Order: sequence, then C-alpha cells, then structure tokens
Amino acid sequence: MATSLTIPSSLEPRMAEARARLDAWTREMIQWHFSPETGAPFWLDYAAKLGWDPRKEIHNYEDLDKLGFFQDEWLRGGPVERWIPRGLAGKPIYVFETGGSTGVPKSRISSEDFRVDYEHFSETLPNEGFPKGSDWIHVGPSGPRRLRLAVEHLAQHRGGTCFSVDLDPRWVIKLIKRGAMAEVEAYKRHVIDQALTIMKAHDSVQCMFTTPKLLEALCERINLRKAGIKGIFCGGTEMTPQWVRFAHEELLEGVAFAPTYGNTLMGLAVSRPVKAEDGWAIVYYPPSPRAMVEVVNPQKPTEVVGYGETGRVRLTTLTREFFVPRFLERDEAERDVPYEKYPWDGVRNVRPFQKLEKSVVEGVY
Amino acid sequence: MLHIPILRHGREYRSIDTAPAVHFLTREPIAEVSQANFGLIRRDLMKQEAARETLARFSTRELIELCERAGEIFLNGTLPLGDAQQSPQDYVEQTSATTGMPWVLIRRNMAKVHAMFTSMETVLNGLTRGLSMEVLDRGYSMAGSPISFFPRGASMGVVLPSNSPAVHSLWIPAIALKTPLVLKPGSAEPWTPIRIIQAFLQAGAPPEAFCYYPTDHGGANEILRSTGRGMLFGDVGAVKHWATDPRIELHGPGYSKVVIGDDCIDDWERYIDLIARSIADNGGRSCINASGVWVTRHADKIAEALAERLSTIRPRAADDPEAGIAPFANPEVGRRISGMVDAGLAEPGARDVSAQYRPERCVEWQGCTYVLPTIVRCDAPEHTLANKEYLFPFASVLEVAESEIPEVLGPTLVVTAITRNPLLINRLLASPHVGRLNIGAVPTNVISWDQPHEGNLFDHLYARRAFQMVEEPALAGAAQ
Repeated sequence: MATSLTIPSSLEPRMAEARARLDAWTREMIQWHFSPETGAPFWLDYAAKLGWDPRKEIHNYEDLDKLGFFQDEWLRGGPVERWIPRGLAGKPIYVFETGGSTGVPKSRISSEDFRVDYEHFSETLPNEGFPKGSDWIHVGPSGPRRLRLAVEHLAQHRGGTCFSVDLDPRWVIKLIKRGAMAEVEAYKRHVIDQALTIMKAHDSVQCMFTTPKLLEALCERINLRKAGIKGIFCGGTEMTPQWVRFAHEELLEGVAFAPTYGNTLMGLAVSRPVKAEDGWAIVYYPPSPRAMVEVVNPQKPTEVVGYGETGRVRLTTLTREFFVPRFLERDEAERDVPYEKYPWDGVRNVRPFQKLEKSVVEGVY
Repeated sequence: MLHIPILRHGREYRSIDTAPAVHFLTREPIAEVSQANFGLIRRDLMKQEAARETLARFSTRELIELCERAGEIFLNGTLPLGDAQQSPQDYVEQTSATTGMPWVLIRRNMAKVHAMFTSMETVLNGLTRGLSMEVLDRGYSMAGSPISFFPRGASMGVVLPSNSPAVHSLWIPAIALKTPLVLKPGSAEPWTPIRIIQAFLQAGAPPEAFCYYPTDHGGANEILRSTGRGMLFGDVGAVKHWATDPRIELHGPGYSKVVIGDDCIDDWERYIDLIARSIADNGGRSCINASGVWVTRHADKIAEALAERLSTIRPRAADDPEAGIAPFANPEVGRRISGMVDAGLAEPGARDVSAQYRPERCVEWQGCTYVLPTIVRCDAPEHTLANKEYLFPFASVLEVAESEIPEVLGPTLVVTAITRNPLLINRLLASPHVGRLNIGAVPTNVISWDQPHEGNLFDHLYARRAFQMVEEPALAGAAQ
C-alpha cells in the first residue's frame, strides 16, 4: 500500500545540495544568535553558561545537538524582550502565543517570519485551487495566535483580501474538559454561522483556511464547490489517513486541499500530494533550511530513526528572528524519504505522541 | 485476516483505521475491526429521517413476521461477516475467543436473543400494554377513545457492552417499533450486534435502518448526541456523564437482590437453589444476576449454604458443556476486581464465606484468569461490600429488619421477594427504587418478554399526544 521508501539515485545530488545549504544556513544563524551585536539576551546568557562558544563549536546542522534540547517552558512568562535579537532592535515586534492550553501562555516574538513563512508556503499552492487575486476566509483560531495574521498576509500576498471569524480554542478545551459538549456544539455552530454569513455576502471568497473539525462542520451545512470555494488550506490539528480519505471522498468534492503541519514555533510543513494508492498518508516536508522536522528515537532523541520507522517528532527552527534548536514535539510520526520537490526528509502520519496522549486534550476547533 | 466492516445505513465500509479483536488468552488478533471516524458518523446521521422512512413503509405486522424470520436466521443461518461467512458455530467460537465466555453460555445467550426475535408480538404487547398496531402504523386510532403517539427521535443510538450477548435483546424491538438503529459495539464483542443486523437484513429489513460503528469514546458520545434517543450500557463512571440527559436510557449496574421476608425465612433451605441460580447463571455477568441476598434471619446459614453450593463452579474448558464461569478477557481486570473485594474485606464487618471452600478467589487455570464465586457475609448495609456488583458470581448476604425493606435496599434493578406478607409486598410495589419486581420464587435473571425492565423501550421511543379528529365534509362540487 505505502509507496517505496527507496530514494531514487537521481535525487541524491539535490539532497546533498540541500544538506550543504542547511549546514551553511546553520552556521550563519549560529553566528547571528550568539554574537553580542545581533543575538538575543536569552541565547547570549545561555552561551555564557555553556562555557564554550557555539560560534566556534557548531559547524553544521548535526552540531546543534551540542546545545541540548529546547524546552518550551522557557517561553512561558516574561520578559519577552529577552527573545528579541539585538540585530532586530527597533523593528516592530509581535508576540504570538502557542497552542490552546491554559495557564501562563507560551509566547514567541516575531517581526517578519510569519510573512516570510507564508510567502514560501504560497509558492507551494496551485493557482487553480487557490486563484491569485481571489479572497480568502480564515475560519480557525484567532486572537493571540499568528495564524490569523499569517493567513491574512497569505491572501494579500496572492493579491486578495482575507475575511476572518473569531475562534478561541482555549474556551473550547475548557468546555470539553467539563464535558459541556452541547456548548461545544453551540460554539462550533456560532463559528460556522459567521463564516457562512461572510461567504454568502462576499462571493469573491474562493479560498479558505480551516481546521479538520470545522471543515467537517462546514460541510454539514454547505457544498463547498457550490459555495464557490476552490481551495482549502487545512491545519491546526491531527489529520489521520482515514480522515484525509473521508475528506477527499465525502467533503471536498474536488476542491483543492492543502494539508499542513506546523505551529507558532516553526513555519509550515507542507504535504506532498495525497494519494489513495499511498494509503491516504500525509507526508509533510518542512521549509528547510528555515525549519526542520525530524523523527527521532524517543529514548535517545539525538538519534534520527531509520526510514519508515516510528519516533517522536523533533523541530528545529533557524531564522534570524527565532532560534529553536531540537524541540521535542508532543507528536509522533514515521520518517519518510525525500521527495522531488523537497529533497530532504519528510514525516509521515503525524499524530499525538502515545506516551503523552493522556495528558493532551486536543481541541475540536 | 477476518475483517469486520462498518455498516453505513447497511452499506459496508472498510476504514483505514482498524482495531484488532484479540483472543482473550493469546492476545493474538483474530479479526480487524474497521473504526469509524467522528466526522463520518456525523455525516451519516444527517440521513436519519430517510432511514426512518424505509421502516415506516412496513406495517407492524410485517415487521413482527420479519423478526420471526430474523430470529431463525440468527440462530441457524450462515451470515455474511465482511468478506467471510459466519456459521452459528463460528459465531460461538469467535465470541468465546474475544470474551472468554464458555460456548455453552454463549449458546444459551443465542437462545435468549432468538426468543426475543420470535416473541416479538408478545414483547410489543408488553411494551405498549396492548396498544393496537394501527396506532404504530397510522400514528393514531379512533377506536374507543382517540389515541395518538409520535416518535421521539428519528433513530436510536446504542452504546453496547461486551459482557453478555443476551443483553442485545433489549434493543432488538426498536426495529419492530419502526426505529432505525445506530450501534456502537463493545470492543471485545463486535460479533453479536453485526450478526443480529445481518439476520435482520437476510429476513428482508431495509439496510438503511442499520448503522454499525465500531469507534472510540468520542465517536460513541457523538452517536448518543446525534440520535434522537439513546441507550448506554456501561459502568458507574460511563453512565454518570449522561445521568441528566432524558434522551438516553442508562443501563449501568443492576444491584439486583433476593429478599426473603420474615414469613418465609424459616424455610430458607428451599430457596438456596433459586438464589444460587440468580447469582451465578450466565457466569454472574449480567445486571439481572443477584449481587445481594437480604434476609430477616438465618443470614449466616444462608451464606454458608450458598458458598458451599457455588464452590462447585470451577474453571472448565470453553467447549465444556458444564462450564459455568468465564475467564477474564483481560487478566489484569480479574485481578483488580478480586483486589477490590479484598480491600472491602479489610474493613471490619465482612467475611469471605467462600474462602473456606476454595484456595483462592482469583485463580489461573490453563493460562486463563478466573475469579471464583464469592459469598460475603456483611454485618451492615453501610459496609462497602454490602451493595456491590462485579463481573463474576458475587453476592453479599445481609440480615436486616423487615420494616427497613425496601428503603434499605437502595436502587435495585431486579428484586425477587420471597414473601406472602401483603404489607411487605405493598411496600415493594410502591418503591420507586425497584425496576423489576418478582413476587415469589422467580430467579432474578429469569425474564418474561412481555415485562420490560430498566425503562420501557416503547415509552423511550414514543410519546403520546392529545388528539382529536373531526372529518371534514366533502367540498361542494367535489367528485363523489
């Protein structure tokens, strides 16, 4: 059922080239983040405690292991200024929050990254499904998340405008935790009602960002194609192969579908084309060299697993704005082979990490 | 490997997500069960009204006859199961393999399901209290006082248990009551509900009336939320969540009891067989098995006699016709349950009377884990073990004053009251806590099909409305 895990030899030169670019980019980013003139106070303090200079010791991407694992708990609380690289002093800074959990939120700073990430993502979208100049609607988490601004920028970058609705996933998670499913349903209906009102009033809307659950809810009310939608950019929560198949066979009716994986800490990992003959698996490829998504041995997370093997997802973000080395996600996946368009490793069928599953309440948003 | 599909309004669907149905002993998968995703269930359930219409085309009489045919097919037929065929013996072996239930008990359960199918006319009479079938077919009747009933929901969602196949007879009448079914099978017992559905289909029922969704907890909840009426089988924790939702009929623990009044108690030896049967029939796995014996005197002697009688029940092979107890499909569950009994016994005021007749309560036999019948003599109703129900033959024996009965019993699904005392009988009749009342020597687990318990399915599915009808005179000039 699954496609071959063999790497065509014709791809090997491009893989080597991509790796060289990643290593060079890693060196450049290490210079930036650990130089007193350009680095952020957090990383300069971190380097001071290391007792060695990352600029001298880190020569390639592999060497990032020397820095240890990024703890997302570091992102809780302030001052957020400690994350702002001195090299970006004076630039307008956004603060975005991650996830839907409650308590002191995890925050990351951003200036241009969300625009750059989504401009790169835009290049992966087919014009037929996501026509240039058409308007978008964002039906997903809003508020302090970067997604709403990012989707708006994506629309603008492609020559359109973006409508939006409010959605607070933290409220949804609270409702789920106290078993108030009728309220969850009412809130979902409220969100979909708003989206439908906009779509009816603005027939220029042809593209949409939404989450898997909201896509299901939307398709209970309308036929996407008849509503004028040509492309769905989907993300935010897990998409299983069964769900992807269900979406293709019963919800999308030929509408273009762009599933993505990512979060506020990294850019967007995009999927290679999803096919029935590949068991409807979604294989995501990160936007190397700005970010990497790898599958590692949960017991020894410096070790990348073999192709086809299961492990924990590990993120690394390497931009001038934000440096996240070796962050262990709450997800697991299989390592997949490089692809023509993306000559670096992919991650197949990302899902909540089994060992953490009990403690993760994934929203219905 | 054998595959058990999802049924989407009768249409088979193979999901990419599957869960293994494993052999209770070897833990080897014997079938893969397609799992329905949440969105698929919701999308299908948008078509509930259309499904209902397919059943509405049948008269109640036709559906009763269809049930009779289905009962014979269920008991004797070879039926489709995914890409394979399932003979009655296949069904027995498969159900035994995933639940641990001995063949002989499964065959007895098959007979109960068969009886429900073939007694449908009696059952409907019992459920509707003799309502004319015309009312179900037309929605009203003008014979005598006008009467009209309407369906409370387009279909009934049922979240099913894995404990005992006969429990499925409770929802079978829904089809004769013209209500489509949306079933979520228990993870260890996918076999019985799909065999019942296949029997219905072979007998001529419309496929649209049946959805069968093996699914996770979220999917099960969605079934209960999205169907007009529901039925949930589960433990205390599972049913608690739905306790305030009147759309859902809850089937939790039964806490069934045998009560002997002061007038009959000196003849207690005459009733030991009946009490033992109430406790241990069907391996003690049903909510209608007695888990309490509440008497006015002679509690010590009764406990001794029951413990001795039940001590003859020992582990036997699955195909042994004398087998009377099932091993635990998950050994850890068996050990944990026995540990809970031990924890209760550690509190003063309770004694394991069975302990003298067997070496241990939880035993391994031929690689299987069994919890052997256990009679506990409790000193007071407040004791932790006084009112407990477990998935093996277990009962507490208590001595209480007759004047305290029935209040002291607490909520009880079945009470068998052995007494001729009209005062006691009247108090039991008036009690809101007794779901099913047997006066006299009727074992708690003997069901009369015209006497529904734990809620009346007809009342659950239909409500009465006020109704008047005056025939309009024909319009002037209308064709005569």
